[in-house]
Amino acid sequence: MSVSVRIPTILRTYTKGDSEVTVEGDDVASVIDALEASYPGIKARVVDETGAIRRFVNVYVGTEDIRFAEGLGTTVPTGQQVSIIPAVAGGC
Amino acid sequence: MALAPLVEPADELTVDEVRRYSRHLIIPDVGMAGQKRLKNAKVLVIGAGGLGSPALLYLAAAGVGTLGIIDFDTVDESNLQRQVIHGQSDIGKSKALSAKESVAEINPYVNVVLHEERLDVDNVLQVFADYDLILDGTDNFATRYLVNDAAVILGKPYVWGSIYRFEGQVSVFWAQEGPQYRDLYPEPPPPGMVPSCAEGGVLGVLCASIGSVMVNEAIKLITGIGDPLIGRLLVFDALEMRWTELKIRRDPHGEPPTALLEDYEAFCGVLSDEAADAAADSTISVTTLSSWLKEREEGTRDFVLVDVREPNEYEINKIPGSVLIPKGEFLAGNALSQLPQDKQVVLQCKSGARSAEVLAILKSAGLEDSVHVGGGVVAWVNQIDPSQPSY
Repeated sequence: MSVSVRIPTILRTYTKGDSEVTVEGDDVASVIDALEASYPGIKARVVDETGAIRRFVNVYVGTEDIRFAEGLGTTVPTGQQVSIIPAVAGGC
Repeated sequence: MALAPLVEPADELTVDEVRRYSRHLIIPDVGMAGQKRLKNAKVLVIGAGGLGSPALLYLAAAGVGTLGIIDFDTVDESNLQRQVIHGQSDIGKSKALSAKESVAEINPYVNVVLHEERLDVDNVLQVFADYDLILDGTDNFATRYLVNDAAVILGKPYVWGSIYRFEGQVSVFWAQEGPQYRDLYPEPPPPGMVPSCAEGGVLGVLCASIGSVMVNEAIKLITGIGDPLIGRLLVFDALEMRWTELKIRRDPHGEPPTALLEDYEAFCGVLSDEAADAAADSTISVTTLSSWLKEREEGTRDFVLVDVREPNEYEINKIPGSVLIPKGEFLAGNALSQLPQDKQVVLQCKSGARSAEVLAILKSAGLEDSVHVGGGVVAWVNQIDPSQPSY
């Protein structure tokens, strides 16, 4: 199933500037693997060495944070967008 | 769902104040009672910078009676692209003082309290204690977590905004009523993983987009109107011109802080441990670099000077004789093959943080004699070549 994924500014170097990309996947884990296949290097920015979502990055399916759903196993229903939102500190 | 107003109304508005605030007073939801609440409100703005500038200007114009400003920095020319509370004649002046003067010009009925100091573990609880509401527009993770923990401990609400390039995030955190910052981001990113505005840049007007939402939320909390942005994260993309709303939930595994950490800088890590170790005995000054470069011209020394910044930064200023290989190339493992194997490598970036990270990579790859330049090109421009612009 095709899933639309929102890419934050700091990860757009991997997607050649694209803010939204489409990959195949049924759950968040397969979506992230599909992202890595198309945009090598991006997975390590979202997932740590143990395979867990990094603690300063949030992944949403629709408006829901997957940490409060099934984590990487959260299914992505048809038509729902996946958003990657990293912590940003700038205010200067 | 609206919450109870945060602030009790002041006793009265003067005739002058009624004239000034008439466009608020005739909005039924604000009215005389709401304006009196604004008059009685004490709001602290952390940082008179990109977000603090529009926030302070609009809070002052709206008639917030007491505005606290905490900033230890001075106005620099590179601030004026976005920090609209300061002007050309303020360059070199304390930002807090410059902001106070702008506020006085906009609304003389505002009482401004200056805190010309760095917010830290020792003063944060005392500074916050006097205020009803806090606006966090700082520029680093250490202060972000410090502000959150102090606000949770004191039971105070705060409006949080952050910006990077074309993207902004904004929310309201109030542990009594909803989630806190640690529920959204339990831990800060490791150093070097997320660039700052000073490294990555920020669209000036983005400050107004996010700063105005912050003031909007402050006014709603003070007067008790509308739906506060508690438990909701707004993400703004200025290129697509799109706001996205996401839910923030209380983390069932997260423990709200009950005491401040001893050291927020250490918690957020200014440098990774690897970079700090690598740089410990392998840092040279710009003065040393300058004489090394002369020796290289004379043929008595040989090394390659690598600038690890981004191409846009390299266009602004550079150390003569450097070659550009951005840090990302080292992280991706593509850069080592571009380096000569028979020469010492000297690394340099804007201020010395990124070059220290790359130094750790080179040392672990066996280039043990590599060094990096403390203070980077900023120090070079300040101490060696003031004819070049800084940023």
